[in-house]
Amino acid sequence: MSVQALFFASYRDLLGTSKLDVELPDGATVADLVRELRGRGAPFTSLPKEPAIAVNRTYALHDETLRSGDEVAFIPPVAGG
Amino acid sequence: MIHAELVHETIDPADVLARVGAAEDGAVLLFLGTVRNHADGESVDGITYEAYERMASPVLAEIANEAAVRLGTDRVAVVHRVGELAIGDVSVAIAVSSPHRGQAYDASRYVIEEIKKRLPVWKREHYGDGRSEWVEGVSPGREGAASTAGEGAR
Repeated sequence: MSVQALFFASYRDLLGTSKLDVELPDGATVADLVRELRGRGAPFTSLPKEPAIAVNRTYALHDETLRSGDEVAFIPPVAGG
Repeated sequence: MIHAELVHETIDPADVLARVGAAEDGAVLLFLGTVRNHADGESVDGITYEAYERMASPVLAEIANEAAVRLGTDRVAVVHRVGELAIGDVSVAIAVSSPHRGQAYDASRYVIEEIKKRLPVWKREHYGDGRSEWVEGVSPGREGAASTAGEGAR
């Protein structure tokens, strides 16, 4: 299955991209996606091991199971206000 | 009526204030967050605000709704700006009104504190010497996930 990873602010600058389609085995979790990306080496290894994640625009835990087509946003520490 | 909005244009505080207030209210409160000219001893020329807009809009609405429960009225308005802001510009405006001041202060404070904890917005400070950096923020992490999944439990 394929999910769309989104990167904002410092993460986008770090990776040089704001979105990436990622192929994962069926049943993969948020944690699997993070592992898959960090396993690609630099610059992905600069992502935190447990970044805040939103799946389809809702904050998610890392054991959440992903589905094909999910929008998975990597959320750097927020600084609104 | 509860109002929550992310905008790219200048915020007019009077417009936000005009969204609250009622005959039964004795307290009307307006909070403005503004861009200041310094951070950690460095001079700041401006701030760029970036948002994950399709998520930030519903999260801002969720925060406003939670504030309304605390307030006991539906008279909550919050507007957050994104884009390039100059010194003195309003980045966020929060207006609330209620029969008594206690709930108004509480709800207004709740909105700004929750924005800082979980609104997917980032800011890049531009310094006097030409450098710019993303401001180190707060990880919404598990608290964000928990609050979205079960706000009623908190």
